[in-house]
Amino acid sequence: MFLIKNLILFITLMANFSLANAGWLDLNMTEGVTDISQEVFGLHMLILWICVVIGVLVFGAMFWSILMHRKSKGVTPATFHESTSLEFLWTIVPFVILIGMAVPATKTLIKMYDHSDSEIHIKITGYQWLWQYEYLNTNVSFYSKLSTPYDEIYNKSTKNVNYLQEVDKELIVPVNKKIRFLLTSNDVLHAWWVPDLALKKDAIPGYINEMSVVINEPGIYRGRCAELCGRHHGFMPIVIKAVEEKEYEEWLANAEKAKTSDVAKINK
Amino acid sequence: MSSVVKDTHHDEHPSGIMRWITTTNHKDIGTLYLWFAMIMFFIGGLMALVIRSELFQPGLQFVDPQFFNSMTTMHALVMIFGVVMPAFTGLANWMIPIMIGGPDMALPRMNNWSFWIMPFAFSMLLSTLWMDGGAPAGGWTLYPPLSLQTGDAFPFLIFAIHFMGLSSIMGAINIVATILNMRAPGMTLMKMPLFVWTWLITAFLLIAVMPVLAGGVTMLLTDKFFGTSFFNAAGGGDPVMFQHIFWFFGHPEVYILILPSFGVVSAIIPTFARKPLFGYSSMVYATASIAFLSFIVWAHHMFTVGMPLAGEVFFMFATMLIAVPTGVKVFNWVTTMWKGAMTFETPMLFAIGFIVMFTIGGFSGLMLAITPADFQYHDTYFVVAHFHYVLVPGSIFAIMAACYFWLPKWTGNMYPETLGKIHFWLSTFFVNLTFFPMHFVGLAGMPRRIPDYSLQFADYNMIASIGAFGFGFAQLIFLYLIIKTIKGGSKATDQVWEGAEGLEWTLSSPPPYHSFSTPPVIK
Amino acid sequence: MSESGSYYVPHGSKWPIIATIGVCTAMVGGSSLLNGNDMGKYILAIGLAMVVFMIVGWFSTVISESEDGMYDEQVDSSFRWGMIWFIFSEVMFFAAFFGALFYVRTYSLPWLGGEGTGLATNTFLWPEFENIWPSTANGPGEIGGDFKTMGAWGLPALNTAILLTSGVTLTWAHHALKEMKRMQLIIGLALTVALGAVFMYFQAVEYGHAFNDLNLNMGSGIYGSTFFMLTGFHGFHVTIGTIMLLVILGRSIYGHFNPKNHFAFEAVAWYWHFVDVVWLGLFIFVYWV
Ligand code: HEA
Ligand code: HEA
Ligand code: CUA
Ligand SMILES: [Cu+2]
Repeated sequence: MFLIKNLILFITLMANFSLANAGWLDLNMTEGVTDISQEVFGLHMLILWICVVIGVLVFGAMFWSILMHRKSKGVTPATFHESTSLEFLWTIVPFVILIGMAVPATKTLIKMYDHSDSEIHIKITGYQWLWQYEYLNTNVSFYSKLSTPYDEIYNKSTKNVNYLQEVDKELIVPVNKKIRFLLTSNDVLHAWWVPDLALKKDAIPGYINEMSVVINEPGIYRGRCAELCGRHHGFMPIVIKAVEEKEYEEWLANAEKAKTSDVAKINK
Repeated sequence: MSSVVKDTHHDEHPSGIMRWITTTNHKDIGTLYLWFAMIMFFIGGLMALVIRSELFQPGLQFVDPQFFNSMTTMHALVMIFGVVMPAFTGLANWMIPIMIGGPDMALPRMNNWSFWIMPFAFSMLLSTLWMDGGAPAGGWTLYPPLSLQTGDAFPFLIFAIHFMGLSSIMGAINIVATILNMRAPGMTLMKMPLFVWTWLITAFLLIAVMPVLAGGVTMLLTDKFFGTSFFNAAGGGDPVMFQHIFWFFGHPEVYILILPSFGVVSAIIPTFARKPLFGYSSMVYATASIAFLSFIVWAHHMFTVGMPLAGEVFFMFATMLIAVPTGVKVFNWVTTMWKGAMTFETPMLFAIGFIVMFTIGGFSGLMLAITPADFQYHDTYFVVAHFHYVLVPGSIFAIMAACYFWLPKWTGNMYPETLGKIHFWLSTFFVNLTFFPMHFVGLAGMPRRIPDYSLQFADYNMIASIGAFGFGFAQLIFLYLIIKTIKGGSKATDQVWEGAEGLEWTLSSPPPYHSFSTPPVIK
Repeated sequence: MSESGSYYVPHGSKWPIIATIGVCTAMVGGSSLLNGNDMGKYILAIGLAMVVFMIVGWFSTVISESEDGMYDEQVDSSFRWGMIWFIFSEVMFFAAFFGALFYVRTYSLPWLGGEGTGLATNTFLWPEFENIWPSTANGPGEIGGDFKTMGAWGLPALNTAILLTSGVTLTWAHHALKEMKRMQLIIGLALTVALGAVFMYFQAVEYGHAFNDLNLNMGSGIYGSTFFMLTGFHGFHVTIGTIMLLVILGRSIYGHFNPKNHFAFEAVAWYWHFVDVVWLGLFIFVYWV
């Protein structure tokens, strides 16, 4: 009785809150905007459902037994306590299921590790607490840090929609081109994570990690530092803007020019 | 078989505080461990409530971000090293000598030492809260270079870890020696209760990995104070090397936190199903397989550090394999219940709660093991949800189940059953309210170890915080119930539970000061 | 397993709490010292004094109980299991440092030098660095400056011979004990102690050579780190082992042991052999290859 009452309470509570919320999408992993992120989402749903099914079977058997095989029903307990064939069965079956998960997972993983034929190379350096982006083979480089005003953080003014996920300078990249990121850090560990691109990797001082991505759709994608890096770890967002190739070329040309004139100014 | 315990001063035990300070009695020491764990549970829980208060709403309300990180770090260290490990060691102390028909632990003085280190080590650790630069705030995983930025607390942290490591190692050596050497004649290994078996294997894990942690933190210490370069690329080292060392300890550690629970549950389910445990020997082999596998999966905590592909694949496969022996255990428990004649006293409720919620936590663990998916899960609240499911309704529930199960034996009094049931249902409701929503915010992209978050995570964090306070206050019932039972209650019989089997139930409730002064006869 | 059906349970003891307070005091003192507080020295000294006092006291209690014949076979066996697992934990402690050595040699240094997945690391961060073990093993930052490495065939080889010989003398003494040859026992033990002491002396000479002539110290990058950590902890264990051997020597002179009952002797012997084996690992992987 208790169990059922609580269960109903719990479900209604959950339903209430999720209705008030933006809905299902906020409850699940993002599908993302790359082929690989979609594969990852597929894997996630596959294992989730396998687990749900196993869970239903196991808990089903258990609750059946809890309901039917209770002393208050006047049953006499059975005495069996061994069965080699059963034991064999429930060793082999999970094993086979696991292989079924491991194969597609490995395939996706191998794709993720393929950084060949990248056309654009960007070096990312983590600092306490901001990111630096350098477009390799150009002179473009800049820092990117949180732009949310302190008043919002300290509850002195209302928080805007992009509270804590906005930066002063976005990372601009083209769509449909393979981009390779070279990731490192200047002080402690950080991790560069953008869920929509299914990219997360640690930035390690003294070492470079690589990852690559092809973005399918233009848009603004928001992520965050995902490795504890000190006091402002929670305040180290990433914003990446994917644009059409032409727009990107224009932006890059302008940025290079601006940089050159900056340098010229300094040298004068 | 007439023989007596050769005690240098027979029935005289010192009274007052000195009894507890100098005691070599396994039951006294077990009690001390359990009370210590209880106190630390409230301290660690209070820290969790600080975390949950700050996360109740977006924005910074109560604490400085640095202090928030200290709370996260200390909460985990206290809960793992100060609650679950000592609680299980306490249960081991109380029950293992009785279960194997021995008089006491094998090395009783060292047993006393293992315990008394704990309060001192934790005083040292907790004192860092008031030091210059604050308490450690680099996460319980202590990753350098961040952990090297700790202020005055740093050496205290390292030495506190050495100290409690020493305690755990000695405690574990004692348990191994007890099990291997103190069994009554006829108590063969394959006749031992599973709780004894799981602890034997746990103790082995402890002896194997605690020294590795000690070595790792020693390297942190010398990197900070003596100019070594273990974790510094410029000197040829690698920050990631610390993670390898830490998780070589850390992963077996999480099984140290769960294997004894398996033993507890394997004792409770057959008792209340009035039916022998299904698949005793496969339970033993499964436990051993889990322990073996636990040594070769550590890098699943490090999928995002940029290991070579072969490493990622190996650690993914090895990790997934653990689902097989763990599954065997779950299936065995369910089959033990099948066609039993069950009753649902509080220990049984907690044991069933354990099976269900631990399995949910195991499922999310399996999801985490899938490397490409872990790139999305890693360092988010999905991970936090995973490990709280295996630790809170896992380890903690098992400890509570054990307390209810053996409390009548320990005190000689029955606990108030209705209150116990209320405690169970409130705990179960609130623990899910706290930790289930964390799956959602994690998948939606909320990183762990942050004091403030963006707006889309607000609703579920609020629910989780409400749940945490509810769960916390429900534990006050537990405290009250235990004190009440110690003070009095209806007298418990020797067997206590109708379906109970095993040596502990042949002794009086409470058992005599020296459990078995003559070796019992084993059927 | 108990065959006799008789159980021994020791009475309460104050030594554990003294041990705890002593170690805790030493740790607090050491921490304060590391944090630059001069008072730390004194607190550390007090703590260590308490620890020494405790060790002497605790062991005297155990020895006198043992001499009074209070321990039966089961207690003896408990002690044995305790010692075996303690040594196993020590093995794992050293494993952490050996693991670190293997890791830097097979992974981190080659990566920094551009091998395997380390190409980008080398090109962008450390373009000058070439990995040649051990000569560039103070890393791309050349931490600690130029240094020379310790060769294997001078003192270290001699020390290997010394430790191996000490293992033989100790076994010789053990046989003597079992055959009740008192003189041989004492000579064997004394030789072992002497060899241990000579080993430590040579180790000290070697350290002096490293500091003064090779510019090699703990700060010499990862080479110096692993070198001094491994040899240092090993040397510390040799010191402890030698002290324990001295105690055993003293007890042998007092005639404490008999052919059947000499657990303390065996425990120390196991420990000494363990230290010996660790040294072989050190000699091979730290000095030689
Ligand atoms: C009691 C502690 C405990 C236990 C038992 C487990 C059990 C498991 N854990 Fe968990 N884990 C932790 C405590 C624990 N974990 C902690 C504390 C962390 C975080 C540390 C930190 O970063 O701070 C962590 C993190 C963690 C990670 C890293 C996540 C990340 O940081 O990115 C991973 C990844 O693989 C993982 C996997 C697993 C797996 C596969 C199991 C398996 O053992 C689970 C096996 C059980 C089942 C699968 C359920 C029952 C089985 C069946 C019913 C059979 C049939 C099932 C199938 C075939 C699917 N855990
Ligand atoms: C056994 C281990 C264990 C246990 C039992 C718990 C229990 C709890 N944990 Fe913990 N937790 C960890 C192990 C554990 N945790 C670990 C390993 C981490 C990772 C740390 C890291 O990232 O480094 C972590 C991190 C962690 C986080 C993430 C922090 C972050 O990433 O910043 C959160 C957030 O909600 C949390 C919450 C809770 C809650 C609400 C409980 C509740 O179950 C607690 C229940 C509450 C009480 C028991 C309080 C009772 C007290 C009162 C009611 C007080 C009133 C009375 C008096 C004063 C007399 N934990
Ligand atoms: Cu940068 Cu967290
Ligand atoms: Cu793990």
